[in-house]
Amino acid sequence: MEKYAIEGTPKTPTISFDIQAGVLEIKGRSIPENSIEFYKPLIDSLDKYSSASKPVTTVNIQLEYFNTSSSKCILDVFKKLESIHKGGSAVTINWHYEEDDEDMLEAGEDYQAIINVPFKMVQVAE
Amino acid sequence: MIDAFNIYDKMEKNNILLSFKGDITSELLTSILQIMENKMDNMQEEPKTKKKVYNVLVECLQNLYHHMDDATNENGEKNRSAIFMIAKNEGSYNIITGNYILNNNIFGLKSRLDEVNQLTKDQLKDYYKSVLNNGEMSLKGGGGLGMIDIARKTGEKLEYDFLEIDKKVSFFTLIIKVTQPQLI
Repeated sequence: MEKYAIEGTPKTPTISFDIQAGVLEIKGRSIPENSIEFYKPLIDSLDKYSSASKPVTTVNIQLEYFNTSSSKCILDVFKKLESIHKGGSAVTINWHYEEDDEDMLEAGEDYQAIINVPFKMVQVAE
Repeated sequence: MIDAFNIYDKMEKNNILLSFKGDITSELLTSILQIMENKMDNMQEEPKTKKKVYNVLVECLQNLYHHMDDATNENGEKNRSAIFMIAKNEGSYNIITGNYILNNNIFGLKSRLDEVNQLTKDQLKDYYKSVLNNGEMSLKGGGGLGMIDIARKTGEKLEYDFLEIDKKVSFFTLIIKVTQPQLI
């Protein structure tokens, strides 16, 4: 498995995980009623990746909305990335937020405070 | 005969944009979110307000979806039906939900609401982070973050009421106010 990719829907984000390049992207909306089920395959592929991670892992998160049920799963994704980071791959999480979207910026800062991985807050135009 | 005008008139006087009564399904939530997004686009709502209303709407609706108790009343009748309404008033949106709850569950819910209501903005942020990081994810998915998130995003107290229907069930009403940012 070199790539894990799923198309977005009105309630779930587009996810692309290029294992060869060490790049994970999550974009769009994450508001499913059952987030655990939705995020499980991604958590599993991060588990596999952790045993053969690239020297550098880049993570781009660009969410327009996410619900509190997703917020726990996103934390689980970040915790996996934290252990990959500890395992020797230099992980950076680029947290994108729209200009004026203070709530999304704050959400990124909440994760930054919990997770021991370098975060970059990236402002994007609306 | 049902007095449709009476219902219409009440909704009109309360500035109801959208209202629904019935079983809350996943598909219904998708449609409602889509309708509200379109409505706010048509009203040329500020992006900031749109995002806040949308976020709070998602949490409120998913609360209903996950927590509709199979509230069986004292006559053994089940009711999985709920109501929600969105009102647009001067300077604010109000999101109102109502559903049956077992009387046994009131104490727990009321304590959580009261706890959230007495916290300041900074305390809510810390509380959110601690529940996010340490709290157990419930099977229903919420994990207790919904109400904290709503209070944090709106900066308003959660207004609620429990109306006792019979010895087994009550009707729980929750009113969330989303204030539009002042335009300079």
